[in-house]
Amino acid sequence: MEYQENKDIIAKRIALMLKTGDVVNLGIGLPTLVANYVPSDVVVILQSENGLIGLGPAPEKGKENKDLTNAGAQPVTILPGGAFFDSATSFGIIRGGHVDATVLGVLEVDQEGNLANYKIPGKMVPGMGGAMDLVAGSRVVIAATTHFEKSGAAKLKKRCTLPLTAAHEVDYVVTDLGLFHVEKGAFVLKEYFAPYNPEWIKEKTDANVVIAPDCKLFQA
Amino acid sequence: MTQKPLIAAAEAARLVKDGMTVHVGGFLGCGSPERIIAALDAQGTKDLTLVCNDTAVLDLKNGRENGVSVLVKNKRFKRMIVSHIGTNPETQRQMNAGEAVVDLVPQGTLAERIRAAGVGLGGVLTPTGVGTEVEQGKQKLSVGGKDYLLETALPGDIALIKAKKADKAGNLVYSMTARNFNPLMATACAVVVAEVEEIVEIGEIDPDQVHTPSIFVDYLVKA
Repeated sequence: MEYQENKDIIAKRIALMLKTGDVVNLGIGLPTLVANYVPSDVVVILQSENGLIGLGPAPEKGKENKDLTNAGAQPVTILPGGAFFDSATSFGIIRGGHVDATVLGVLEVDQEGNLANYKIPGKMVPGMGGAMDLVAGSRVVIAATTHFEKSGAAKLKKRCTLPLTAAHEVDYVVTDLGLFHVEKGAFVLKEYFAPYNPEWIKEKTDANVVIAPDCKLFQA
Repeated sequence: MTQKPLIAAAEAARLVKDGMTVHVGGFLGCGSPERIIAALDAQGTKDLTLVCNDTAVLDLKNGRENGVSVLVKNKRFKRMIVSHIGTNPETQRQMNAGEAVVDLVPQGTLAERIRAAGVGLGGVLTPTGVGTEVEQGKQKLSVGGKDYLLETALPGDIALIKAKKADKAGNLVYSMTARNFNPLMATACAVVVAEVEEIVEIGEIDPDQVHTPSIFVDYLVKA
């Protein structure tokens, strides 16, 4: 079976995990795509850790405001009913359990729910920004990642080798092969994406992958 | 209400002396006091310790440079206490070359350490960083069966902050996401200088709309 990277299916599947009224923080990059696929009858409240809830779409060209950005310094908009606040309030919202779900990218995630995404010693040291607080504080942590590294190894590991962003906090991992629930030292495959099948996914992942009894094909 | 001195950016820069700990507001440059930063850079003050969310954006290839990045570029800091340096590669270069010390602090922890300094607390207990490199050298306490790290208060000698509007008494109103760390830093430093886009008469800002009360602010600079 030939693997083809597919970020859209990851974003599409995660979007369906969100419910009306959920306060959600989407990380920079792939997680940001999730906003594009939230069904029109579901109204989630996006939080941006630099100080707002009610994050809206990118502004039209020429309508950018220098004082209104997301946590990646890109110009954004705020929806009617949104609110601004300082960084202590923003992280109070995050650590205080008021964020229902955080979606973020990973360098590695392991079967114990550990996540590494902020540092490759000696190579890349950008700093953790808000990631450690988001992973430690959000009620549900969803790791969004393509399944494989460039080397061909799965990013889903028995044990992370890179410095951890947080320990034992990841609840779900959604890759371009399937949706996994992290429980009791295993990646439990709940859904798989075409054209792959559960046995192939298990074989290609050097970690404890358990195929759920009710594991099913997700149709995008 | 007494009025606060309105000073030039260069005068504000002269309040900053070699070796001081300087809090600078802004999130990737959004909400940073750009005029004071430029004056401080021109003055050449050195061996500063920076407390800021990040080291801002230094992307010379695309002509993007903002916030404290110019001060990093010109090596004004011996130490930087920040949550993120990924958009300013010069920071990592100085760190790897041993030219400056960089303390990476989780963003929420940084905010709380600054807040603690401003509200008379010795520090805070946070679950953030438990089980990671961040817990190294820190006291870990168990409260109600959950582990927390003791993170100490982070006061400064001077805060350089940015607001949208001030009245002459120094009451401040921030704009949108340019607020970020500015109101926290206004409480945490011995001297506070606010660069503002607009200055109005005392009484023109509804007291209900004040974000930072005037008592925290020592000087105003017009942006």
